[in-house]
Amino acid sequence: MELTTVWFVAIATLWTGYFVLEGFDFGVGMLYRVLGRNEPERRAAISTIGPVWDGNEVWLIMAGAATFAAFPEWYATLFSGFYLPLFAILVGLILRGVALEYRGKRDEPVWRARMDAMIVIGSVLPALLWGVAFGNIVRGVPLDADHEYVGSFGTLLNPFALLGGLTFVAVFVTHGAIFLALRTTDDLRVRANRLATRTGVVAAVLTIAFLAWAQALRGDTVSVVVTIAAVVAFAGGLVANLLRREGWAFVGTTLAIGLAVVSLFVALFPDVMPSTLDPGSTLSAVEAASSAYTLKAMTIITAIFFPLVLVYQGWTYWVFRKRVTVEPVAVS
Amino acid sequence: MDTLDLARWQFAITTVYHFFFVPVTISLVAITAGLQTAWYRTGKEKYLRLTKFYGKLFLINIAMGVVTGLVQEFQFGMNWSDYSRFVGDVFGAPLALEGLLAFFLESTFIGLWIFGWERLPRLVHLGCIWMVVLGTQLSAYFILAANSWMQNPVGFRYNADRGRAELTDLWAVLTNKVVLVTFPHTIFAAFMVGGAFVAGVALWHLVRRPTVDKDVFRSALKIGASVVLVASVGVAISGDLQGKVMTEVQPMKMAAAEALYETEKPASFSVFTVGTLDGSKEIFSIKLPYLLSFLATGHFDGEVKGINSLQDAYEQLYGPGSYKPNIPLTYWTFRLMIGVGMASAAIALWLLWTTRRGRAPTRWLVWLAAPLPLLPLAANTFGWIFTETGRQPWLVFGLLPTASGVSPSTTSGEVITSLVGFTALYGVLAVVETKLLLRTIRGGLAGTDAPPDTAPDQPDKPLSFAY
Repeated sequence: MELTTVWFVAIATLWTGYFVLEGFDFGVGMLYRVLGRNEPERRAAISTIGPVWDGNEVWLIMAGAATFAAFPEWYATLFSGFYLPLFAILVGLILRGVALEYRGKRDEPVWRARMDAMIVIGSVLPALLWGVAFGNIVRGVPLDADHEYVGSFGTLLNPFALLGGLTFVAVFVTHGAIFLALRTTDDLRVRANRLATRTGVVAAVLTIAFLAWAQALRGDTVSVVVTIAAVVAFAGGLVANLLRREGWAFVGTTLAIGLAVVSLFVALFPDVMPSTLDPGSTLSAVEAASSAYTLKAMTIITAIFFPLVLVYQGWTYWVFRKRVTVEPVAVS
Repeated sequence: MDTLDLARWQFAITTVYHFFFVPVTISLVAITAGLQTAWYRTGKEKYLRLTKFYGKLFLINIAMGVVTGLVQEFQFGMNWSDYSRFVGDVFGAPLALEGLLAFFLESTFIGLWIFGWERLPRLVHLGCIWMVVLGTQLSAYFILAANSWMQNPVGFRYNADRGRAELTDLWAVLTNKVVLVTFPHTIFAAFMVGGAFVAGVALWHLVRRPTVDKDVFRSALKIGASVVLVASVGVAISGDLQGKVMTEVQPMKMAAAEALYETEKPASFSVFTVGTLDGSKEIFSIKLPYLLSFLATGHFDGEVKGINSLQDAYEQLYGPGSYKPNIPLTYWTFRLMIGVGMASAAIALWLLWTTRRGRAPTRWLVWLAAPLPLLPLAANTFGWIFTETGRQPWLVFGLLPTASGVSPSTTSGEVITSLVGFTALYGVLAVVETKLLLRTIRGGLAGTDAPPDTAPDQPDKPLSFAY
């Protein structure tokens, strides 16, 4: 495979990993306040993502840095063009990161309520806006001949992109609920399982609508096949959830999110930022790419070290594989 | 203000703020790892209690470092898209390496360390925090390599067709002579902050609660103050080497550090100067003869090029325009960096002397508890303001002026939104973080004395939560 294509696949992989992993973090962040009926339950729910959320977020940092290094034009056009949504995403992630770490540091209801609000806002806002951003990437945005974004903030809030935002939120809520059902015990587990069924139906409808629309805009045979596979995986996950097979349900939503993100990237290729103004202004992967030397050097380094990252991140999930129980333990 | 000025203000505010947490993180995690190693090797409970206490303070700090770091990566693309297009091929590689080799390591093992006290064998748990230490060091190296390339571009060629710099030698970028001296300088400077923080907290406890955990905090005071002293020697030596490299690759920055308008041989170093507002005329000055020559060249009679002759030379080389940075700013930040850094080392030395052989610190010393860590922290800030503003008007020295790097299509309304938004958010979080930090410091060692149950959970025992 040509190196530009290799790095397009690498970027797609990083975003896929990010949405699969941070997807359930976002879901748990949106749900724990309502699913947990008292403080011990809420703390148990939030502890399911405690050891892993920070590592999951590095997938985003990595996706950003890899885009910067491998496709500088893509990074420049995307980040300057989607200025205000990215600003709001950053504010959300800052609020959430601080609150997740500080919530347990003071044993006062007012403090916890504030941190809860920060976590909920910091989970909903980025989930919604990443959906909007990816909707716009696939749909295309107004770019001039220098690949500079010439639209406004309002241009980004088109119906297709907003549907993408809602889809991301609904899917992550379901993914998070299934993760909670898998990782907790007793009442909390039962409630999470029931909630996943209800939100899952909504998420399934939104997903089918959004992915079908995306394929209508910019699909080819391969991306349509991947899209169908994503929908089937999601349906399978929901059936497993109904049957209380939590592990399989989680495999289902994981595959569904992964395949859905892949379907968007397959539809996008070989472009990275389609222009809605003039087809000649569309930014392709080849045009956006770094030099052959840079791509080769990074390919070698990534081939050596990325497997290592997967091993120790996988080990973390193995260490914390047991269910989290609800116990009235004092704040540390 | 136009978009360029607004974008520069945002970068300055968010980066200076981010770098309040970075030196504390780099040094405090290493000191915490050292304390935990001491506990592992000696089994003394005091080291375990200090590990847990300072570890908690480290976690409060790093949470802020992590979230403010996100902004750093995004704003290159958001506000500096033409810079990103120009340098991405070169600058992006160390950034990606930082993510791949450092951030994954830090974030994953910090989770294992926080939640692993009761789940991992002691040695494995100790290894986790050392992996975090390794991650912070790698992170510092790669980001400094990226910054050093902006000070002294190496290992690239200019592609005129694409209008960008392209990497030709990654190894040359990673062994840039600027990063080789900047890395030790930054790390030692970070340890001055962390050591001073450990000592300052311990000092406060020893004076205010002289009967509570006296022996434990005495150890902490001595460890912290010793770290400050050793690190200050390292800072001085590496800073001296750095000055010589700077004279070689960025002579204008060295001249600006002294506000030296005319070339001198030998050149003196002024400790303090009263001059006209633009710094071009001197009214009163205290001078140390020969010192600038030595700092810049290593010889007491070496020639140091002045701003005016460098300006002429740069006009020949790069065309008409001003190649002078903001001289009063570089002059004073350079002095303040050295001055407040030396002040903190003096305080640390005084503390070690006054508490020698079991002596208790006197009551008035408590007034030094806060300045002790704040002084080297300010020195870090002054150093970065000096080195970044001293590079102006260049964004990448000799290649890309700062004005050419800003995003062409980003509006000033957008930048005002993010500038005001981040500044307000950072302001509120500073209050929240400081209050939590002080509260945790006042709480002392309570709750750190229970030795962890190191027996791994039984297979069927569920995980209890740790937040």
